Amino acid sequence: MADSVSGLSSVEAIDLTPVEKPRQLFLEVLYDWVTTVDHKKIGLMYIAYSLTFLVIGGIEAIVMRIQLAVPHNTFVSPEVFNRMFTLHGTTMVFFVGMPILFGFGNYLVPLMIGARDMAFPRLNAFSFWISAFGGFLLYYSFIGGSGLYGAGSAPDVGWFAYAPLTAKVFSPGHSTDYWTLSILLSGIGSIGTALNIVVTIICMRCPGMKLNRMPLLSWLYLVTGSMVFIAVSPLTAAQIMLMLDRYVGSHFFDTQAGGSAILWMHFFWIFGHPEVYILVLPAFAFANEIIPVFSRKAIFGYPAMVAASVGIGFISLSVWAHHMFAVGMGAGANVFFVFSTMIISVPTGIKIFNWLATIWGGKIRFASPMLFSVGFLFQFLIAGLTGIMLSVAPFDWQLTGSYFVVAHFHYVLVGAILFMIFAAFYYWYPKATGRMMSERLGKWHFWLMVIGFHMTFDFMHIPGLLGMPRRIYTYEPGRGWEIWNLIVSVGAVIQAIATLIFVYNLVHSYYKGEVAGNDPWDAWTLEWSTASPPPSYNFATTPIVHSRRPLWDIKHPEDPDWNYE
Amino acid sequence: MFIHSPSYFAQSSTSIFSPAGTPSHWIFTLSMFVLSITGLIFLIVAGLLTYALIRYRHRNLLTYNEPTQIYGSNQIELAWTVIPALIVVMLFLTASRVILATQDAKKPTDAVDVVVVGHQFWWEYRYPKLGIVTANELHVPVSDPAHPTPTYLEMSSADLDHSFWVPRLAGKMDLIPNRVNTMWIDPEAPGLYLGQCAQYCGVQHAKMLLRVYADTPQEFAAWVAQQQKPAVEDPAVAEGRAVFLHNACVNCHTVTGTPANGRFGPDLTHLASRDTIASGAVENNPDNLKKWIDNPDTFKPGALMPPMHLNDHDLNAITAYLTTLH
Repeated sequence: MADSVSGLSSVEAIDLTPVEKPRQLFLEVLYDWVTTVDHKKIGLMYIAYSLTFLVIGGIEAIVMRIQLAVPHNTFVSPEVFNRMFTLHGTTMVFFVGMPILFGFGNYLVPLMIGARDMAFPRLNAFSFWISAFGGFLLYYSFIGGSGLYGAGSAPDVGWFAYAPLTAKVFSPGHSTDYWTLSILLSGIGSIGTALNIVVTIICMRCPGMKLNRMPLLSWLYLVTGSMVFIAVSPLTAAQIMLMLDRYVGSHFFDTQAGGSAILWMHFFWIFGHPEVYILVLPAFAFANEIIPVFSRKAIFGYPAMVAASVGIGFISLSVWAHHMFAVGMGAGANVFFVFSTMIISVPTGIKIFNWLATIWGGKIRFASPMLFSVGFLFQFLIAGLTGIMLSVAPFDWQLTGSYFVVAHFHYVLVGAILFMIFAAFYYWYPKATGRMMSERLGKWHFWLMVIGFHMTFDFMHIPGLLGMPRRIYTYEPGRGWEIWNLIVSVGAVIQAIATLIFVYNLVHSYYKGEVAGNDPWDAWTLEWSTASPPPSYNFATTPIVHSRRPLWDIKHPEDPDWNYE
Repeated sequence: MFIHSPSYFAQSSTSIFSPAGTPSHWIFTLSMFVLSITGLIFLIVAGLLTYALIRYRHRNLLTYNEPTQIYGSNQIELAWTVIPALIVVMLFLTASRVILATQDAKKPTDAVDVVVVGHQFWWEYRYPKLGIVTANELHVPVSDPAHPTPTYLEMSSADLDHSFWVPRLAGKMDLIPNRVNTMWIDPEAPGLYLGQCAQYCGVQHAKMLLRVYADTPQEFAAWVAQQQKPAVEDPAVAEGRAVFLHNACVNCHTVTGTPANGRFGPDLTHLASRDTIASGAVENNPDNLKKWIDNPDTFKPGALMPPMHLNDHDLNAITAYLTTLH
């Protein structure tokens, strides 16, 4: 059968000496990147751009944690604190989470489905640049908002910017306008990229790659991309309505003139809840690729994993009002949203159990990508369970708007998503650069991150249970909150150190890392069959696949996968 | 930094695990049920994961034979779909009972009615049947199980979204402009219950603190009688009264029986009967009152009351007047 795997006849032994590249002038390199339409370069630009914002958003988090370390602290003023949490939330969701995941999608999806590029390469470049411009606008309000170049006038309306706080009367000046425009533009970029990813997956698969043979990563990006249309469009509409309110005096959200504050909440959460899944599904996608390779087993229950992902996509669109259990929707609506929210734990549970079954009976290699995936499994389990607690509306009446919620969603965003992003970096870095990341630094990064993460977010649940609301710049002593806040702040600093080690590892390994070769992890998907880094055309000849694990078939011709489909 | 007086601030937990009223008891019981189920799930799944990771670890990265490949099993998939679904249905039914019991509870005839209005950054309480208007410190009677006298709060907002949250009495309920929400509380023991605004509402969201005093029926009756009296007219502080009436104070504050009838700020008719000022931020004493009038930013940077720029003489006079408003 081996010759029928044409274009993929073997994983060749390759020469590991680094190739001397001709020297390019800085301007040439810059021009090359700015004008590129290559999905890999765009993917890397997304990732670099997000990492920059990750550091900025992290600094904002540290400022907040210093302020909250002790009661009645005066490290920053209330105004500055409010700006910090607004920028932190907006930055992390829109300028770290979404673009970094799109970056990986851009880079990996064409490689993994055996395509030469995305379906619309120029739309791809446009989407990146308009998203990047959105990020720039958010921070431009620091220097261009109001006053003397508005120094220090940044948005302070919270990342979900509830009406009517954003009305002109409560939020004068231009910082909220910059916030709106920045979300609007990055939303347009997201929709463009999502369209591109969906069309690429539908239309550009290599011969033999039927839908049920796609890597699970492509499936998850297909679901994510589809969700982005449905979820980001209402957000974009809401931003336009808000701009009309602020510029031309319409009254959608202007309660002083009879507008509705709850309308904004619905619009925002119809975007906002699916957004959590838009961020977490790519994290699942990485786990689906990494856990099998490092357990040396095929993913357990591929069809169930696909069904669960599509199910999560659908159900997540009907759960938004669980953010609104305390707005007085009435018992009927509350009961509906309790059910829709809880039922999503069934497909999510299926995923966790299937990962567990994949590990079971395997031979587990604890290299950095797997370490972070293991952290992800435990932390996502806990995040899911606190999610169930919050879905119980009466319990939520106590917990919503408290630090318990902050701890819960950081468990999802940091404990699950960021951990899987780190895992993905360690896993695919050799493919993108041709060199391995340092395992030694990777272990330091992992353990410091785990310790810092748990110090921060385990203990952050407690002040919430003791009645501490979120978004307060200071608090009264004597309610039992002090010690927990101090521990949380120390944990945040440890996480920051861990992240700096990671960034150092990224840069250092680029020059000094061990040369990787095509397939350093002995993996099974198509991207490992081409050179590291892949040439601009990805594959010398179009691959043809016969099963879900084309490289397994080549490596194990005596027992190929297609016998089991 | 100013120092808090311990007598007013040291007390009282705001933990959701020490419920002191019917809704919070229901929530507490339900929470414990949910916590035990999720705790059990955690122990089982995390236990299996830990076992698998230890049992199947493989230290040598280079030498291995591929383990047996297992592609899936429909029976197993079915089992771990159906069992979680059953748990979800059970949780859902339990939660729904508490939702319906709380939100659709029938209002008893002798319930106390209070209209709560949220403001940047303070609370207005109006008792329409008793003719009382007060601010920031809510007095309600203890609800004796034999003769339940719950307090029904009719909640709305004058400006932004706020949220009323006294964890020991009930979960939170939002106050939203152009909308009326209701909730009820029935404290089972006399005492002070603390809480604070739980919905971000601008610069001083952090210091929009809540104080609910649960009084015995006698104490409550006495408090009502006192609040229903007109404002005290003490001739000794006539000068301070004049300063008050001739400044911008009257645009925002009410003192019944005087021309001051502003509604933008708290009603001051019985200001001196309150333990705190600035929505619970500091103790109500002449010294703090004076600092507050001179510059509210001392205690609450961003508070909407402007600094009054009075000279020392007027400041002392107006403080003396306000301290007589029992």
